[in-house]
Amino acid sequence: MSHAEDHEGTRRDFLYYAAAGAGVVTTGAAVWPMVNQMNPSADVRALSTIRVDVSGVAPGTQLTVKWLGKPVFIRHRTEDEIAEAQQQEEAFAAGQNVVDTNARNANLADSSAPATDANRTLPSPEGQPAQAWLVQMGVCTHLGCVPLGNAGEFGGWFCPCHGSHYDLAGRIRKGPAPENLPVPPAEWVDDSTILLG
Amino acid sequence: MAGIPHDHYEPKTGGEKWLHSRLPIVGLLYDTIMIPTPKNLNWMWIWGIVLTFCLVLQIATGVVLVMHYTPHVDLAFASIEHIMRNVNGGHFIRYLHMNGASLFFVAVYAHIFRGLYYGSYKAPREVTWIIGMLIYLCMMGTAFMGYVLPWGQMSFWGATVITGLFGAIPFIGEPIQTWLLGGPAVDNATLNRFFSLHYLLPMVIAALVALHIWAFHTTGNNNPTGVEVRRGSKAEAEKDTVPFWPYYVIKDLLALAVILAVFFAIVGFMPNYLGHPDNYIEANPLATPAHIVPEWYFLPFYAILRAFTSDVWLVQLASFVTGGIIDAKFFGVLAMFGAIIVMALAPWLDTSSVRSGRYRPMFKWWFWLLVIDFFALMWLGAMPAEEPYASFSLIASAYWFAYFLVILPLLGVIEKPLPQPDTIEADFDAHYPPKDEAKGAGAATPAE
Amino acid sequence: MFKKLTLAALVAFGLAGGAHAAGGEAHVEDFKFSFEGPFGTWDQNQLQRGLKVYTEICSACHGLQYVPLRDLEQLGYSEEQVIAYAANFEVFDEELDDFRPAKPTDHFPAVTSVGAPDLSLMAKARAGFHGPYGLGINQLFKGMGGAEYIASLLTGYTGEEKEEAGTILYENTAFPGGWISMAPPLYGEDVEFDDGHSNSLHHEAEDLAAFLMWTAEPKMMQRQQAGFVGVFFLVVLSVLLYLVNKRIWAPIKRKPTA
Repeated sequence: MSHAEDHEGTRRDFLYYAAAGAGVVTTGAAVWPMVNQMNPSADVRALSTIRVDVSGVAPGTQLTVKWLGKPVFIRHRTEDEIAEAQQQEEAFAAGQNVVDTNARNANLADSSAPATDANRTLPSPEGQPAQAWLVQMGVCTHLGCVPLGNAGEFGGWFCPCHGSHYDLAGRIRKGPAPENLPVPPAEWVDDSTILLG
Repeated sequence: MAGIPHDHYEPKTGGEKWLHSRLPIVGLLYDTIMIPTPKNLNWMWIWGIVLTFCLVLQIATGVVLVMHYTPHVDLAFASIEHIMRNVNGGHFIRYLHMNGASLFFVAVYAHIFRGLYYGSYKAPREVTWIIGMLIYLCMMGTAFMGYVLPWGQMSFWGATVITGLFGAIPFIGEPIQTWLLGGPAVDNATLNRFFSLHYLLPMVIAALVALHIWAFHTTGNNNPTGVEVRRGSKAEAEKDTVPFWPYYVIKDLLALAVILAVFFAIVGFMPNYLGHPDNYIEANPLATPAHIVPEWYFLPFYAILRAFTSDVWLVQLASFVTGGIIDAKFFGVLAMFGAIIVMALAPWLDTSSVRSGRYRPMFKWWFWLLVIDFFALMWLGAMPAEEPYASFSLIASAYWFAYFLVILPLLGVIEKPLPQPDTIEADFDAHYPPKDEAKGAGAATPAE
Repeated sequence: MFKKLTLAALVAFGLAGGAHAAGGEAHVEDFKFSFEGPFGTWDQNQLQRGLKVYTEICSACHGLQYVPLRDLEQLGYSEEQVIAYAANFEVFDEELDDFRPAKPTDHFPAVTSVGAPDLSLMAKARAGFHGPYGLGINQLFKGMGGAEYIASLLTGYTGEEKEEAGTILYENTAFPGGWISMAPPLYGEDVEFDDGHSNSLHHEAEDLAAFLMWTAEPKMMQRQQAGFVGVFFLVVLSVLLYLVNKRIWAPIKRKPTA
């Protein structure tokens, strides 16, 4: 084989590879939008963060809002409840009815933070008592039922499906559920508005 | 597969033999992709691939759009806006689908007129031609029902007018129309069944396309000379042909890429050019738009439909002979479907023994007049039904029928054809002379 | 290059554009908008001015029911501004079974009180340019002209009125038929623009038309970008395929394989 032929062969190969490559890239560029269109659309994405007005949530009451298609419990505790929660935490720390020791709080940088009352609650806005607000997913960690408020042996939440008892900080204390109720990303936008997500 | 002698797939490895003795699919694909194809095909033989691509494009974008569309009279229009505003890339996918229909029809008309000029419909390719006509009818049905789905004003009133055609059938027309609509007027039932059929018919088209390809792979491709490939031996056949891969695959892909570049320019920069503004107004059964126009690809046949009014003597004669059963309205419907039927009958109406229009000096003129006639009808279909357009429409419609029913049969008798090349090889060599003859002949002229 | 492409498209599509025949002798001025042409872009300040005209004047009678309020962030507003703006509208909440202030996730409300048409898609539902002779050539070179039609309509009042069957009709040079039932909505200096832009009738009409083009086709820029990328890829592919095609056919056509 002469040198010239060899050179020509390389050039021919390059042209074929370039054309095949361009064809593959063009096809790929056409396929991606077809895949991406199945991802959540703009209206769905717009609902991934919501603002909740909690000005009407008096101490001792709970607001349930829908976020990402699931219920979120926003609990405004009374002074008595805060005190009772403190007692429950002492019992928890002493190892009574402990199931899950993780805070399960998406707002904490440390994913292994202990399930103390302070780690579970949303820091209160200025001028309000500490640990007055508890924001958590209203989905039982057992099989996904929605627990009832102000119920169960610990005065927190009770899941009627299979009898899971959560305490005033949303910790699982008794029953089949394996984990504490998760705390979603939440923060105060102003004194009366919580941003979820 | 019968046809032109060529190499067949031979399974070599154990795995290939195992599969081949159970399902010879690799052999089928090999025979399809390596089919001997006349080596003198010109650039009008690319439309088949463009059409295949269109079918794939429309099915792919259509399946995607269905994921976000809601077929309900209260929600359909808003769900299209949801696609246009919220779905990732939805606006572009929707515009691709919308303009894809236009590209489909551009290609199918080019494909049909190619067949008419080069006599591709003549024996032994009648079955290919008939299947092609069935595909075309299915395309019209699919496009029409697809246009109803956005539930705009033109969707609604187009559906009302076109289903009204069936109401023109004597005696049984009205029950048929009610049955088609699922009620006395276009409504939710109509929208839902059109949605279902709009999804079904492309599958029918895909099946017909497979038959279409099977048929012409059996007879072999026609070619610009209309002279058949020699089939005496494999060696002889190879002088007239090249394998489809890679020669025509690459050529067709080149043509497709160029056409798609133009297509993407339209979708990207003027996607509503071929649509009607009224379809961005939600359907309102209580207010008709001032001027109902079908999509551009229906216009030629829409013009024929409207051309035969009650003051045309032929219509009056038909009415008289049938005792008023065939009135002007029904005559128009018959004319519209007749215009497609005469085209489908071309293989038996054309009496010429010469296949390709290239060697038919008189035919050429009539053919190009038919092409002009087609565009004239397209233009007339969009103009208001008043003078002088009505008279022009009548003349243009008459020529359409005359071409197939009078000119094609007569030309075969009175025309003196030009000499045809003996073989495809001879024609090809005339364009691309063999090396020893080419000396000093200068640059070869490309085939048409 | 795109002029050529569109010209080629005209040839390819034949007399396609002929679909849009009809149309009266109404006069539509060919406004120059920043979003026109293959490389046009929105003028964000203009869209904000148009929104202000819509909010202060048009929204009394016309809705924008297909436009989500959250999309206003595309006009350069912050999240807080959109929240504050949205709260100006009342929407019906099916869960509450009552009206409440709108949130960004809601749409502009539909306004049906006086039977005025919704404006969401108006700029695509009207064609300003037609013909000549139903050939669609004007639309090819000037565009469909929906925004031009709106701006021409708003500036096209002659001041003449007449009463017909109990309704007062106003003469308008852009409206097909010449007489429109909408009273002149803009007279010039109707709104004060925050950016100090002229608020003459002509400018207000132009800004509003641009805003309504945005409400009708919010993805115009993404569409043009996708179209451009598509054309670019396909042109590169065409060139490569042309060379490959030439090379593989060379031995068949007995040409030198250079």
